[in-house]
Amino acid sequence: MHVNPESPADRDAPQLGRARTRLEDAALVTGRGQFADDLGVKPGTLHAAILRSPHAHAELRGIDASPALACRGVRAVLTGADVQRWSQPFVAGVKASMQHWALAVDRVRYVGEPVAVVIAENRYLAEDALDQIVVDYAPLPAVVEIDAAIADGAPLLHPAAGSNIVSDRRFRYGDPERAFAEAAHTVRLSARYPRNSCTPIECGVVIAEYQPADGAYDVVSNFMGPFSLHAVMALALKVAGNRLRHRVPRDSGGSFGVKQSVFPVAVLMCLASRKAAAPVKWVEDRVEHLTAATSATARNTEIEAAVDASGRVLALRYDQIDEVGAYLRAPEPATFYRMHGSLTGAYDIAHLAARNRVALLNKTPTGLVRGFGGPQVYFALERLMDRIATQLSLDPIEVRRRNFVRREQFPYLAAAGALLDSGDYHAVMDDAIAAASLDELIGRRARARAAGRLYGIGCASIVEPSISNMGYITTALTPEQRAKAGPKNGAIAAATVAIDLLGGVTVTIASAPAGQGHMTVCAQVVADVFGLAPEAIVVNVEFDTQKDAWSVAAGNYSSRFAGAVAGAVHLAALQLRAKLAQIAATQLKCAPQELRFSGGRVFAAGAPDKGQAFARLTGLAHWSPALLPSGMAPGLRETAFFTPETLAAPDAQDRVNASAAYGFVFDLCGVEIDRDTGRVRIDRYVTAHDAGRLLNPALADGQIRGGFAQGVGAALYEEFRYAADGSFQSGTFADYAVPTCCEIPDPVIVHRETPSPFTPLGAKGIGEGNNMSTPPAIANAVADALRPLVGELDLELPLTPARVLAHLGEKEPAPPASLAHFARPATKSRGAVALQASGQVDIEATPEAVFAVLLDPASLARVIPGCAALEPDGPNRYRADVTVGIGLVKARYAAQIALSEVDLPQSLRLAGSGSSALGSASGDGRLRLERRAGGTRLHYDYEAQVGGRIAAVGSRMLEGAARRVLAELFDSLGRQASGAARLTAWQRLWRWLGLRR
Amino acid sequence: MKPAAFDLLRAGNADEVVEALRGRGDEVRILAGGQSLMAVLNLRLAQPRALVDLTGCADLREVRKDRAMLVVHAAATQASVERRKELRGEVPLLAAALPWMSHPQIRSRGTICGSIAHADPAAELPLVLATLGGEVVLRRARGRRTVAATDFFTGMLSTARRPDELLECVRFPLAGADTRYAFTEFALRHGDFALVAIAVAENAGELRIGVGGVADRPVLRRYPRLDGSALDDALNELAWSLDARDDANLSAQGRRRLVRRLGRRAVNAARETTGIAGRTA
Amino acid sequence: MKHYARDTEHWIALKLNGVQRRGRAEPRLLLSDFLRQELGATGTHVGCEHGACGACTVRIDGEPARACLTLALQVEGCAVETVEGLAPAPGALSALQDAFRRRHALQCGFCTAGILVSATAWIERVAAGEIEATEAAVRDMLSGHLCRCTGYAPIVAAILEVATGDAAEIANA
Repeated sequence: MHVNPESPADRDAPQLGRARTRLEDAALVTGRGQFADDLGVKPGTLHAAILRSPHAHAELRGIDASPALACRGVRAVLTGADVQRWSQPFVAGVKASMQHWALAVDRVRYVGEPVAVVIAENRYLAEDALDQIVVDYAPLPAVVEIDAAIADGAPLLHPAAGSNIVSDRRFRYGDPERAFAEAAHTVRLSARYPRNSCTPIECGVVIAEYQPADGAYDVVSNFMGPFSLHAVMALALKVAGNRLRHRVPRDSGGSFGVKQSVFPVAVLMCLASRKAAAPVKWVEDRVEHLTAATSATARNTEIEAAVDASGRVLALRYDQIDEVGAYLRAPEPATFYRMHGSLTGAYDIAHLAARNRVALLNKTPTGLVRGFGGPQVYFALERLMDRIATQLSLDPIEVRRRNFVRREQFPYLAAAGALLDSGDYHAVMDDAIAAASLDELIGRRARARAAGRLYGIGCASIVEPSISNMGYITTALTPEQRAKAGPKNGAIAAATVAIDLLGGVTVTIASAPAGQGHMTVCAQVVADVFGLAPEAIVVNVEFDTQKDAWSVAAGNYSSRFAGAVAGAVHLAALQLRAKLAQIAATQLKCAPQELRFSGGRVFAAGAPDKGQAFARLTGLAHWSPALLPSGMAPGLRETAFFTPETLAAPDAQDRVNASAAYGFVFDLCGVEIDRDTGRVRIDRYVTAHDAGRLLNPALADGQIRGGFAQGVGAALYEEFRYAADGSFQSGTFADYAVPTCCEIPDPVIVHRETPSPFTPLGAKGIGEGNNMSTPPAIANAVADALRPLVGELDLELPLTPARVLAHLGEKEPAPPASLAHFARPATKSRGAVALQASGQVDIEATPEAVFAVLLDPASLARVIPGCAALEPDGPNRYRADVTVGIGLVKARYAAQIALSEVDLPQSLRLAGSGSSALGSASGDGRLRLERRAGGTRLHYDYEAQVGGRIAAVGSRMLEGAARRVLAELFDSLGRQASGAARLTAWQRLWRWLGLRR
Repeated sequence: MKPAAFDLLRAGNADEVVEALRGRGDEVRILAGGQSLMAVLNLRLAQPRALVDLTGCADLREVRKDRAMLVVHAAATQASVERRKELRGEVPLLAAALPWMSHPQIRSRGTICGSIAHADPAAELPLVLATLGGEVVLRRARGRRTVAATDFFTGMLSTARRPDELLECVRFPLAGADTRYAFTEFALRHGDFALVAIAVAENAGELRIGVGGVADRPVLRRYPRLDGSALDDALNELAWSLDARDDANLSAQGRRRLVRRLGRRAVNAARETTGIAGRTA
Repeated sequence: MKHYARDTEHWIALKLNGVQRRGRAEPRLLLSDFLRQELGATGTHVGCEHGACGACTVRIDGEPARACLTLALQVEGCAVETVEGLAPAPGALSALQDAFRRRHALQCGFCTAGILVSATAWIERVAAGEIEATEAAVRDMLSGHLCRCTGYAPIVAAILEVATGDAAEIANA
């Protein structure tokens, strides 16, 4: 199917469309990458470490950085006061009464929020100083669930905003109410999509320098765009756009949208440089990245379809709530509006209603993550399509067949404004069915079920948008607000092609690639235009805002490269070729249209011997400009700006064509669920793509495989977990389960190309499809596998063995009578599970003796494990210095302990909380003393919370650790009480009571 | 994430290690493979004053047969034992379990003794040692003592080793006559910590089943040869007896289920092969 | 017993890719940082600093090791091999490096160095008859490396191709 560059017949075939190897690779496989941390820095460059909030929500009462400044090698510490003096809050996509500064100023609102920056001679020394900074926090209640955040009386993250809902928009297209009223069926689904991220292996890197002589800032970073955010950064820094220079190195270790979130740290490091009066470098570490860089939005969706008797969907109704974390950080609420025009997906549905609410809660701010809104929409929509099939007793494939936009309808204007440029959805679905041998798969499922095994088949069909219309974010505004603000639209791509004095061709683009092979594809594009070998073309992707051509849409996101960027390169090359053709026509005495550029030569068609070498022709323009055709400007450098014509601003009816091109993906898979373990095994996976014209099929397949692996991760493994108090629990790659090669099968990939009429090369983006299609395809297959056993299910991702086992819900054998007390009720599965520890310890002492120990500070200090000092701090309250050591881990806590609800001698409440460099911990519970022969049975029943770094990196063992600490505590209590000192228990008790009177 | 500062002592032999620990056990950590300790230090979850590195101690790399035991010293890597040609015959359960441990690149450097000393409740090696009834030799300046596995693991990440003691070697009983072995575990991803791990050793007189990942230490149960519903009942009783708890990774009920199902699979595997079960999950 | 005082730099000598080198390190300096910053060998990358991602994998006296979990001072007198030492000559590629290029087994390239080093060591053991080169065996070895770009299949194919020595046997994806 694809061109084989080795075969003689294909040697003259165009470069574009070849599955050729990459120009990037020789450097990368020999360890000569140029990633941001590989670049040399100026002498005198210092290193930054960020102090981050251990609390999900707290008032920031004060910071004392002086102990840090006294540390070895520390040059400066940047705090919120500096940030307020030198910068402004970040602007966001929607005006909301909140301030988001580069550092927390009055409150911290998510675990990991930057609070201060230490700038030191190296990162090791900077981290040493972090521990010395004293911060006065007053914790506030945290909200971590969408339902809780939007409920009346919820703690407000930004009191001035009056609500945690910062945007609430309703949309209506066609006549959805009537469609629902008249429909034969209404089918409903609740969908919840979790927080996750595509976590590139390289984290963020920023090198920033304040240049006081120019009042300017200079940044080198692996920020990926969109460079609309350059405006956000410049405004925050209070400089004009040309006084912030931003450069991106040649190589970036993966982005998948995630490195959009580098932008606030770029601002932060600019300010750090200003404070330190030196360039500053920051290299993000993995814990920082997972905790505080970014996330996809978590979304709750109620979705309904009005369906006629034959299974045609007449209307859709969405009620969507995105939580965007603690601040509305640009470009949010873009996760909603990127997809808005194509909420009807691949289907011909005329009537649509949608309500989009954006909620804040105490988690990391969200942003671009590959798929960006698509995973959230399609998880709901494609699960709904399957539910329609079940409810109407139709085949899920048939439901899609009846509802797809038909080939003859393209370009198709969807209800909410997407102009689907081209496609043949039925044919692509048939491609997938053939490649999957669907009949055989159905037979396999039947045999498995007959044998009592759980086998399911699932599919998903998605429209993959690419080349974002930069105006789509204004759909979040009302038409009146838009009219006032002025229109935003377009997706300007820019490229420059230049030929030097020796005939060497150089291409520059405003793209910031992170592994997609842009250098190779650009070289293929330009090689075809000039008839050169791609190896002869140099492509410079080291984007520089001061030297390169660029505009609002610059950067590498929304899969814009193939359609827009490569298209702009093509246009620039054509412009330059037209100029060369004029020159050559004069030289060769022919018409410009007769000229051919091939094999490194330029000649008139039919007279290849009478041409000129490319380098000689181009040399003329440099060495002898006087010989150029009259009126022609000298120089060989052309810049093309391109924006797809179909990208208008949202109209007065809120219709928006949010993307310029729309690919199509149909996935079909078979899965088997192991009944013993709940593990989902992918038995067969076919993914069929139509991304318009493929510029390099090898790279296209690479994008599909990578997106598929991330889709499997989202479906079965990955989730950012938070505790009920907002503590983050997925801070390492042990906790956040990025799949290894053993979890990722090799999908079968099939292609069909229906070129886009709206991009210069007919190409569409192909980078995000499987992030959108794979999670619902797998979920549908799992639902199919479980349906015979448990019926219709609302499934939540990721479908870990734990979740699947819970769905299987099989009754387990009862315990033997002697172990009946181990049959505890299950803790709730929704939401964060508080650490609970309860148990009993038998003590050879009376309840009074036990109480006496608890109420006597000297004894209490011996009871608390690792307690070095216990000071009274009020009636029955104490301050304590407690070191907790479990295994290799040791943390020293400044603790407060309080006894209350004392009901001698039966019960009391014992609460403790503490903070350490590793985070906070608290425990609160009741002790009940049961008098028995021989002493006391002490019952304890506790809830504990552990936050900070220990929670972020040790969540696997938090339950066990909390239980162990409490068990040690109460064992110790038992030993203290039973090894009674000289005073009898009653004597000590009277003394205590006497003190109280 | 960079570690806090520490002094580094690079020992040349076991005597030097023991001397370095004398009187300073609370402040000094032993650096063997570093695959657990270095991650903890990089995360600043601990800040010891000094590390004593035993990777340069040739005498501590020794692995040898000693009467009825395979003796593995403190600096012997997991890989060196895994690649031992005779291992399948010497300690079949160890040969079966090692491929489940993390990843080959970790086993290249991680030590057998280090994993035992760390006593992670979900780790494979403590489970193997407990199931086989092995022992550890602890040495300090004053002398050595031998502790049986059942007494050595005292809780989550907790052992009988005193801070000033070096876990000098671990002793695995050699394969018993006519004894068959199997090992299996269930984890979210290939190489992850086990949610439940099962080790089985069975001969004519006894069926041993060891469970890891559920209680705070490996649990060994010894039964007569059981089969059919008697085996199911025993596995059910075993599953309940572990006092499993709900946690973020799996419910208690889920863990009990894995104990029953994987326990059955492991026993079947031991009985169906000549000695070792391959990976089953 | 060698004592290295904290907060003090100590000179060590080692062989890096066959070349004798010297560098300074305080006790806590990680080998990953020592290689990159002190010796200028930036081909080895840092992805997690807790041993999970594999990007920092190098060979120490032939054995794969996570440089982020090794102290620089621990490689005194050792032979360390990194990605920069894999090519047979400047401008040339090893069979494995070339297979990666041909099979599109890298995209961003950040995880690639660690995988090439791990796989090179593994292929040597295959060639020595210690391991049988099956797809399952490749995947077991490769599971110690996280990649977000490629979906792993081309990497498995490239390693298997070189390990079995027969490009034609592996179906081209």
